[in-house]
Amino acid sequence: MTQTTTPSAQTAIDTLQKTLQDQLYVADRSLAISIYLALKLKRPLFLEGEAGVGKTEVAKVLASALDTELIRLQCYEGLDVNQAVYEWNYSRQLLEIRLLEASGQIDKDRAEKELFSEEFLIKRPLLQALEASGDTPPVLLIDELDRADEEFEGFLLEMLSDFQITIPELGTYKAENPPIVIITSNRTREIHDALKRRCLYYWIDYPDFQKEMQIVTSKVPGASKSLAEQVTAFVQELRGAELFKVPGVAETLDWTAALVGLDQTELDPSVIDDTLGIMLKYREDVQSVRGEQTRALLNRAMNRGTRRGGRRG
Amino acid sequence: MAADVADEQDGHLLHNLLLFGRLLRRLGLDVHVGRMLDAVAVIDDIGLARKRDFHAALRTLLVHRQDELALFDEAFEVFWRQPKNPKTTMDLRSMGEQRRFRQPQVGPPPPGMSSDGEREAREGSDDDLDRIDLTRTFSAREVLRKKNFADYSLDEFAHARAMMGELSWDLGRRRTRRWGRGNGQSLDLRRVLRNNMRFGGELVELPRRRRKTKPRRLVLICDVSGSMERYSRMLLHFMHTLYGELDNQVEVFLFATRLTRVTGQVENRDIDHAISEVSKAVPDWSGGTRIGDILKVFNHRWARRILRSGSVVLVISDGWDRGEPDILSKEMARLQRSSHRLIWLNPLAGAEDYEPLTRGMQAAAPYIDDLLPVHNLASLEDLARRLNTLSASRPAMTQQGAAAKVEAAQDKVTTVDKPSKHRNANPTFRHPRWGKGA
Repeated sequence: MTQTTTPSAQTAIDTLQKTLQDQLYVADRSLAISIYLALKLKRPLFLEGEAGVGKTEVAKVLASALDTELIRLQCYEGLDVNQAVYEWNYSRQLLEIRLLEASGQIDKDRAEKELFSEEFLIKRPLLQALEASGDTPPVLLIDELDRADEEFEGFLLEMLSDFQITIPELGTYKAENPPIVIITSNRTREIHDALKRRCLYYWIDYPDFQKEMQIVTSKVPGASKSLAEQVTAFVQELRGAELFKVPGVAETLDWTAALVGLDQTELDPSVIDDTLGIMLKYREDVQSVRGEQTRALLNRAMNRGTRRGGRRG
Repeated sequence: MAADVADEQDGHLLHNLLLFGRLLRRLGLDVHVGRMLDAVAVIDDIGLARKRDFHAALRTLLVHRQDELALFDEAFEVFWRQPKNPKTTMDLRSMGEQRRFRQPQVGPPPPGMSSDGEREAREGSDDDLDRIDLTRTFSAREVLRKKNFADYSLDEFAHARAMMGELSWDLGRRRTRRWGRGNGQSLDLRRVLRNNMRFGGELVELPRRRRKTKPRRLVLICDVSGSMERYSRMLLHFMHTLYGELDNQVEVFLFATRLTRVTGQVENRDIDHAISEVSKAVPDWSGGTRIGDILKVFNHRWARRILRSGSVVLVISDGWDRGEPDILSKEMARLQRSSHRLIWLNPLAGAEDYEPLTRGMQAAAPYIDDLLPVHNLASLEDLARRLNTLSASRPAMTQQGAAAKVEAAQDKVTTVDKPSKHRNANPTFRHPRWGKGA
């Protein structure tokens, strides 16, 4: 078999996966490849998936793995340039005018230049990310882009294509070392294709039993092995139930931590019913699961555990 | 595995990669040239030795929509197969064909749907009789505007469409969080500073700003089963004439026995085609629809993606529901909570003495903000006026009264309307024109 593979790429991917693992993030190899390529090609990575599957976490972990700054822009409806890029510090500008006046040295042209200088500029995340200097570029996390409106997407598209921003009063800022951009979306709406085309795309799914078990044990070290196994099996079953909002990994972790806090070493129906609210966030979902269905799901989860145990033994 | 390809020279690999890109495009994937170049750039780096790595790399580069991942995987498997594999490029072409001619579907039917469909099909013959009676009771009268759509001739349909074009329209607007110029409450500090620089910093002008507004998104969920088809058709044509003014903020779903999203088709003026497709896909709609199940699918699959920012939801149906009233009430409650306004359009509501007596309407009634008729042009104009003057918040009555109404409705449903095995044994549907003479 001819080896067309450069061993360095394979090693790099392996190392990356290992580094993420060290940061307590369990990543599939395919995700590691996406991250590797995003770094190599210097392209934004677009992560999509249901809420609570660990999209935001990727950026955080990556920043700490690369030992660089994480700059986060949380999107919301109506997010505009003033909140995302820059804003002038108006109150300080007004104060400055009064000071200049008081000292009697007001000169229209000069005052304008002074007032609209970098001193009075409030830099928001996108500008910060372009300005950052250092050996490793910062990780720019644009979180939950689906919440922002289409106008902002248009702006972002422009910024991501040449990593520069123009402020009319000051001129153009261009990144010397473009940031590592990670965009996440919960897919409450489709992001425009034009933007996604520029990015590497990765869909993060709910983890399977093995992977989720790994996540639980590494993130909640206080949980006994049997509890972690039961919790994971139960959540896996719960995801198959007919729910309005299926619990994510974040919920699994919260729940495990809560159970550990309650000194539980085993799952039982009553404790599940009491703590369902940690996993299910809709009243209807809690109502439909509580009681009988809890017992049925738990039974299935336990059986699954023994099946697995049997196969191993 | 892929070593067969790797055995060849690099040129072949590059060639194959480009062919693969072309294939994906032919399958309808939106492969960007830039990403294709990226793929070429990293192909040596990633290499072919590990097929799964190669697969993951191409996947992250060439696909950017979740619903296309499966198609990509399929195409990858076939294209980068071992040569001795009996599949040929013909298989690829047939994949593309299947995709292109596949029915537009809103995912798999909810569990239990297929068996229900069969049951309905078997019972269908009884219901046909009702259907014929019902259709006959509509008779021609009055001018075109007041004329029921049910009685339109082809000419009249065309004429009515022309009349629709004359209406003006402004769907209730919602305030966004973006700021723009205007006489709002707060000062536009940026412009305060800018404008007053020419007065040497003395604050002479005080420009203000206000929140921008956007038209509300409109979501139409249309029953196209049985006699509802013509009303839905007219409503959709009506909506279409107003499409531009709505800023494309319209989502359209059709249902008979299953829910289908047709937003794209409506944009392309293919309304009639879309409706016939959906009705054709239904083997026998005369069994009545299961509106509760349909709304459940909508709530689960679409609501969170589509009903953002205070949408106005219009359900058009005669409320002839064959499903469980409990499911319908539950799903209506959820739908009302996640929308700005829930409007139910019922062609039968046009009659003066109409009362929502069908089991379905009774179950849904507590959660409907407005119950309006859609039987003629005049009623469509009323609807437009109603939407024009939509208030910024839901009338308090519908929210507070809901709980009380629910209990009342539930009492009625359980006492009056025990689900019967045979619908005709317990006629809960009363047509408004019955007993009134022709």
